[in-house]
Amino acid sequence: MNTTIALAGNPNSGKTTMFNDLTGSAQYVGNWPGVTVEKKEGALRGHPGVIVQDLPGIYSLSPYTSEEVITRDYLVNERPDAIINIVDGTNLERNLYLTTQLLELGIPTIVALNMMDVVKKSGDTIDRERLAHKLGCEVVETSALKGIGLKEVAERAAAYGLNRPNMELPHVFTGSVEHAIAHIEESIEDRVERPLLRWYAVKLFERDEGVRSALGLPGGTMEHIERHIADCERELDDDAESIITNQRYLHVRHIVDECVRHRRSGIKMTTSDRIDRVVTDRILALPIFATVMFVVYYLSVTTVGTFVTDYTNDTIFGEFVHGGLSSWFESMAVAPWLTGLVLDGIVGGVGAVIGFVPQMLVLFLMLALLEDCGYMARVAFIMDRIFRRFGLSGKSFIPMLVGSGCSVPGIMASRTIENERDRRMTVMTTSFIPCGAKMPIVALFAGAIFGGAWWVAPAAYFIGVAAVVVSGIILKKTRAFSGEPAPFVMELPPYHVPAMGNVLRSTWERGWSFIKRAGTIILVSSVVLWFLQSFGLSDGRLAMVEDNNGSLLAAIGNVVAPLFAPLGFGGWKPAVATFTGLIAKENVVGTFGVLYGFAEVAEDGAEVWANIARDFTTLSAFSFLLFNLLCAPCFAAMGAIRTEMHSRKWTAAAIAYMTVFAYAVSLMVYQFGSLAAGKGFTPWSGVAVLALAALLYMLFRQPRADHAGAIRFQRKVETHG
Amino acid sequence: MRTLRDVPIGGTATVLRLRGAGALRRRIMDMGITKGTVVYVRKVAPLGDPLEVTVRGYELSIRKSDAENVEVADDEPTRA
Repeated sequence: MNTTIALAGNPNSGKTTMFNDLTGSAQYVGNWPGVTVEKKEGALRGHPGVIVQDLPGIYSLSPYTSEEVITRDYLVNERPDAIINIVDGTNLERNLYLTTQLLELGIPTIVALNMMDVVKKSGDTIDRERLAHKLGCEVVETSALKGIGLKEVAERAAAYGLNRPNMELPHVFTGSVEHAIAHIEESIEDRVERPLLRWYAVKLFERDEGVRSALGLPGGTMEHIERHIADCERELDDDAESIITNQRYLHVRHIVDECVRHRRSGIKMTTSDRIDRVVTDRILALPIFATVMFVVYYLSVTTVGTFVTDYTNDTIFGEFVHGGLSSWFESMAVAPWLTGLVLDGIVGGVGAVIGFVPQMLVLFLMLALLEDCGYMARVAFIMDRIFRRFGLSGKSFIPMLVGSGCSVPGIMASRTIENERDRRMTVMTTSFIPCGAKMPIVALFAGAIFGGAWWVAPAAYFIGVAAVVVSGIILKKTRAFSGEPAPFVMELPPYHVPAMGNVLRSTWERGWSFIKRAGTIILVSSVVLWFLQSFGLSDGRLAMVEDNNGSLLAAIGNVVAPLFAPLGFGGWKPAVATFTGLIAKENVVGTFGVLYGFAEVAEDGAEVWANIARDFTTLSAFSFLLFNLLCAPCFAAMGAIRTEMHSRKWTAAAIAYMTVFAYAVSLMVYQFGSLAAGKGFTPWSGVAVLALAALLYMLFRQPRADHAGAIRFQRKVETHG
Repeated sequence: MRTLRDVPIGGTATVLRLRGAGALRRRIMDMGITKGTVVYVRKVAPLGDPLEVTVRGYELSIRKSDAENVEVADDEPTRA
């Protein structure tokens, strides 16, 4: 019979370190269904048959955030055999606030009083026995970082699975509140299991919407309960939710006063505070921030990242695999289609995935270091003001920055953003920032149409950023992204030396999840596009073709081309070029080369400038450029989006959004440009006007006020006196 | 009514009550800003927002617009 131990605690309490230590490498990482919250579980080392279930870091068990709801639903419905509650010894009050709530669930709980090494160093003392007595559960001192006390905690918790201890909970609330809770317990006694009686009663007292809908009590009972609550509210001149939270904290304050001896009193200046004095100083913060970002970018994109990626792509895949296989195939006289499929389709596709991994590992390593040492929270703190306006998080800065090199690691970097909505929004908009691969397209048109003007490249970046800003504003107001705004109340954890075990593990895990999730999409789409480009219909039969001029892709291009007519580039060549851009944006240039009869062209396509100048007007060129800059990203980036969104629906929505946005922008640019140039008003001009109207409406409308959300509950608070 | 937003950098204040409702208010309370709590305003971010405050022995970042929902007692001597 399996024993399950749940691991619960505040963020930054050392839970990750403890989980890694308890489970070693026997971990499974997935995500909780329906949300982007990571789900980790693993086998407890040294205790066969015992599973450790990691729960999201939470501050409370309110019904308002995904993490909290996931945790309470799990604890109430799955009923693990024990809970190990990690408590940060340097931050007792806030941590114990959660502890009192966990204890109400009627599951045997043991407190791991963590970071005791730091506590001892600060000279404070915690009376462990007294704390255990006051809480009503066992307390074990631990230092996850130093590996102290973990075995003991694990042993005791595992033992709970076989031998449920008798948990005698002391009263947390004052007389009248306990009185009301007792009444509520009475009313629901026959409807809930004994262990959960207290928890449900307290929640009902708080008018918790999640519990209310879960229990579905009859109207009469609810009225009865409501009367007791109202009596209490009147007596204490406060609302039920505040009463409970206040009293909990009072109870916790009392416990801490009794059990902790401080060496120093007053507002302390810790080492962390001293560091922050410089790092978040009004004047020094931004230069320091810029330096750190520069180092991150430089190492992951410019130097190590690119170097290792190029080596992987050119040498390992180019020479070894591709070269080796192709000579082997030749010597065996393998059919050209199979050679093509394996070498260009599969190896090409796999190579595309693997090629990104080294760069991403370097990036993830740096992000993990930043997160673990605590600087990442400062990034959010510093950048918040700018990004908040557009519905993004301060942490969105890094994905955008890295995305200017390559969207793939950029999108993956958004995992550092905790808030699901912010993260999804960042993932959806990061690709708007022109990546390195889009620059050849810019160079092509800058050279062919704009005479090599200096402003074309900066304009591309400007447009990208504008697209991010506009999208943020629009999306924030849609139903999918709006909702009860959680206040931006974020802990700034103390700095500490990063734990290399955690850092390396997290780096590896992220890299691996990219390979697994993004890998499939990239591989499949590469093979499909290889097929469409290598085969064509000649004499009504399927046969291999030399290049894109007679391929299936060109045929598709011809069919689809009219769709782009309103955007100014309705020929089949631009359509085909755009499609090949899905494999890699720089392919657009190469494809134009091929379609105009050049087997190979320079990076900026100088050979075809004359052709381009002939086939595009200034306006249509600009429109085409915009479309390619803003539309769906390359398959690798799509794969990255899929990895971070944890949902096909959202991935499709993201790609659809970008493409529709790009289409609308190009449409408006071309149509309004044409009107300005004196061409007459056409039906498409009308559509462009509608598009502009829609865009302006979405930008400036009032956000929706009320939202029906399963986990959200808003109640008007009666103002007192 | 004086709010947390009005407290100068380096100042301390005692919380009287919390405005607002739902997730907004609950989160602030869950993080320890409750009636009677003493809050120390340590600094403001380089771009002017959010604030960094010390509450119950730890550092918390809170936006000025959310800090407006925290009513604090009027007279408080500035303590460094």
